[in-house]
Amino acid sequence: MTIFSRRLKETGKEMCFEAVRAALDEAGLELKDIDTVVCGTAPDAFDGIHMKGENLLDGCGGSKKTYMRVFTGGGTGVLAPIAGWWHVASGVSDVCLVVCEEKMSSCFPHPQSAFGHIWDPILDRPLRPNLVWIFAMEMNRYMHVHNISKEDIALVSVKNKKNALDHPSAQLAANITVDDVLNSEVMAWPVQRLDISPPSDGAAALILVAEDKVSSITDNPVWVEGVGWCIDSTMWTNRDLYFPQYVAKAAKMAYRMAGIHNPFKEIDVAEPYDPFDYKELHHMEGLLLCKKGEAARLTREGVTERDGDLPTCPSGGLLGVGNPIAATMGIKAGEIYWQLAGKAGKRQVPDARTGVCQAWGDLMQYGSVMVMRS
Amino acid sequence: MEKYPGKPLSSKEMEEVTHEKWDPAVKYAWSCGEAMSRFLNELKKGKLVGRKCHKCRRVIFPPKMFCETCFRPTDEWVYLPDTGTVMTYSVSYLDMDANRIEEPILVGVIAIDGASENMGIMHYFEEMKPEDLTFGLKVKAVWKPEKERTGAVTDIKYFKPLEGSK
Amino acid sequence: MTFVDRIERPEDFRHWVGDMEAQYVYTSGIAGDKFFTELKKGKILATKCAKCGKVFLPPRMYCEDCFCELTEWIEVPNKGIVETFTVVHVDRDENPLETPEVRAFIRMEGTDGGFVHKLNIPPESVEIGIPVKAVFKKEKEREGRITDIQYFVK
Repeated sequence: MTIFSRRLKETGKEMCFEAVRAALDEAGLELKDIDTVVCGTAPDAFDGIHMKGENLLDGCGGSKKTYMRVFTGGGTGVLAPIAGWWHVASGVSDVCLVVCEEKMSSCFPHPQSAFGHIWDPILDRPLRPNLVWIFAMEMNRYMHVHNISKEDIALVSVKNKKNALDHPSAQLAANITVDDVLNSEVMAWPVQRLDISPPSDGAAALILVAEDKVSSITDNPVWVEGVGWCIDSTMWTNRDLYFPQYVAKAAKMAYRMAGIHNPFKEIDVAEPYDPFDYKELHHMEGLLLCKKGEAARLTREGVTERDGDLPTCPSGGLLGVGNPIAATMGIKAGEIYWQLAGKAGKRQVPDARTGVCQAWGDLMQYGSVMVMRS
Repeated sequence: MEKYPGKPLSSKEMEEVTHEKWDPAVKYAWSCGEAMSRFLNELKKGKLVGRKCHKCRRVIFPPKMFCETCFRPTDEWVYLPDTGTVMTYSVSYLDMDANRIEEPILVGVIAIDGASENMGIMHYFEEMKPEDLTFGLKVKAVWKPEKERTGAVTDIKYFKPLEGSK
Repeated sequence: MTFVDRIERPEDFRHWVGDMEAQYVYTSGIAGDKFFTELKKGKILATKCAKCGKVFLPPRMYCEDCFCELTEWIEVPNKGIVETFTVVHVDRDENPLETPEVRAFIRMEGTDGGFVHKLNIPPESVEIGIPVKAVFKKEKEREGRITDIQYFVK
C-alpha cells in the first residue's frame, strides 16, 4: 500500500501502480502472472473522474485483462477482496489482483461536497446537511440506548492512534489522552474532532490465488474462509440506528461459511471499520464479537489492546492510519493478512490464526465481512 | 520501519504543482414520482401525508407507492398530524461545506405521530436551547406562512417543543 | 402488478431541480508534473520502458505492460503525423461554430503516443498522414497545461 495522506502528488493511476508494484514484489510475481484484476474505488465524485474504474485501469495493471470495478462506498475496502474471491472461487481466475484507490484531495471546497449528492434531493438536501450530522445522530442514539459515556468511546481513539505509531502508512498516529479527545473542537455534538478520521488519498493492493496454484507461489498462505455482505435501505430515518443489523447479517453469513460458532472465543484478531471511535464499538457488536452494549466495557478493560484477549484494530485503524475510503482495504483485509502471516512487524499480535475484517458504507447501510485463517 | 511509497503535498504545494481545475456545472431535474409529488403538494397545503400497506398494516412516512417488505403496491393515503417524537439529534457547529459556524444548528430525526414505528424525517429544531433537546422530546412543526410555501420540506421551518411537554 | 391509484391529474406531478456542488483540482502526478513543467519551456518529453522499448507520450510513471517504474526520459522532436481527425461544426452545447474547426490525433515521431489537439489547417487540406508540428503560445502566456500548445500546423 501507499502512505495515506491528506493530499498526495500522484494521480490516481500512479497511486494504484505504486500499491500494485509493492504487492507483486512482496509476492514475487510479475504482472503477466495475474489473470484478473478487481478494482475497488468509491464514488467517482471524490476523484472527480467519471467512470473512475475505467480511468484507473492501466495503473491497476488491468489493461487487456479480465477486469471489474466494484464499489459500495466505505464498504468497498472489504467488498473488493470479496469480489476477488468470487472470481477465484468460481474458477474464472487463478491469480486475482485486487486494487483499491481513493483520491479525495481533488474535491473542492472539501471532500464533503462530493457527499452532497448521496442525500435524497427532496427530503434531505434542502436542509443543507453535513455528513457529520448523520454520524453524530447515529452515535447519539447508540450512546442513549446503551447509556455509554463519551469517555469510554474516546478510549478507542486513544488506542487506535497509538497503535498507528507502528504503521508505515499512518497519517494521524499520535499519543493522545481521553482528555485530548473530550477537549477537542465540537463538530456536531456528540462528535468532536478527535473522534473522526480524516479524508485521505491512498491505494492498496492484495493478491488472491486459487488453492491448486498456491504452493508454487508461497509456503505461507492465508486462507479466505468466510465472506458476507448485506445492505439496508437508504431510508435511514426509518431505522433505529443503535445496532447495525446489516453488519450482523453479513457477519453471520461469513461465520457460517467459516464454521465459526463463538466469535469472541474463535477470533484471534479483528479489524472492524472505525471511521469514528464509536463505530469500532458499534461494529464489534454488529460483528457479534460481544453482546449489544458491551463493547465499551471490553475496551475499558483492555480486552481490545494488542496484548488483550481480542486485539481490535491493531493496525491503528482509520482513526490512526487514515481514511481513503476504498483504499482502507490495506488496513482491514491487508492487516488481517499480515497479522495471520506473521508479517505485521511491531504491530504483530502473538499466535494470530483466525481473523475477521469488516467495512461499512454508504448512508449507514452497508456491511461487508471477511474471515481469514492461516 | 519500512517506507511506503507516496509524495504528500501541503495545501500550498497543491497550488504550485501543475494541475487542472474543473467545475462540472452539472444540473439535474429529478422526477419526484407519484408519492413524493403528493407529499410535496400536501406540504404546500400545510399537511403531512403517509401511505398505508393493507397487508402489513404499516403506515409508511414519508410515503411510498410500494411496500418494501411485502413488496407490493401500497393501498391508501393517510393524513398525519404534524407532531412527533425526537428519535435522535445532533448539535452541529459545521455547515454543509464543513465551515465552522458560531451558532449551532440543532438537527435530528422526528418520528411522526400516527405513522408506524421509526417512521421519521430529518429536520431542524428551534425555540429551544441545545440542552433542552433530548431523546423522546415531543415536538410540533412550525410552518412558513401559506403564501411562502412552495411544496418542499422547507415549508416546515423547524420543529419546536410541543406546548406543555418537556 | 402496478400501483392501484389511477393517474387523473398529470399536472400534479412534480420535479425537483438541483446541481452538483463540488469543483475539482487534479494534480498532474509524478510523471505529469515533469511533463507539463517542461512543456511550459517548449519541450516535449516522453518516458521509455527499458524492458519492452515502448515510448509513452504523454509520459507515464510506469509501463502498462511490463509494470516497471519508468525512469528514462527522452526529448521528442516537434514532428508528428495526423493519424485521424474530425471536422467539428458545433460547440459543446450544440451551438453552431462560426467556422468549422479540425481536431486530430497526432502521432508524434519516435513515440507510441501523441496528442489530441486542434489543427490550424483549413478542413479541405487535412488528410490522414500529413506531417504537422506544434505551435506553442508565447512563453509568458504558457501555464504548464496542455493548452501551452496553441495548435498544430503543416
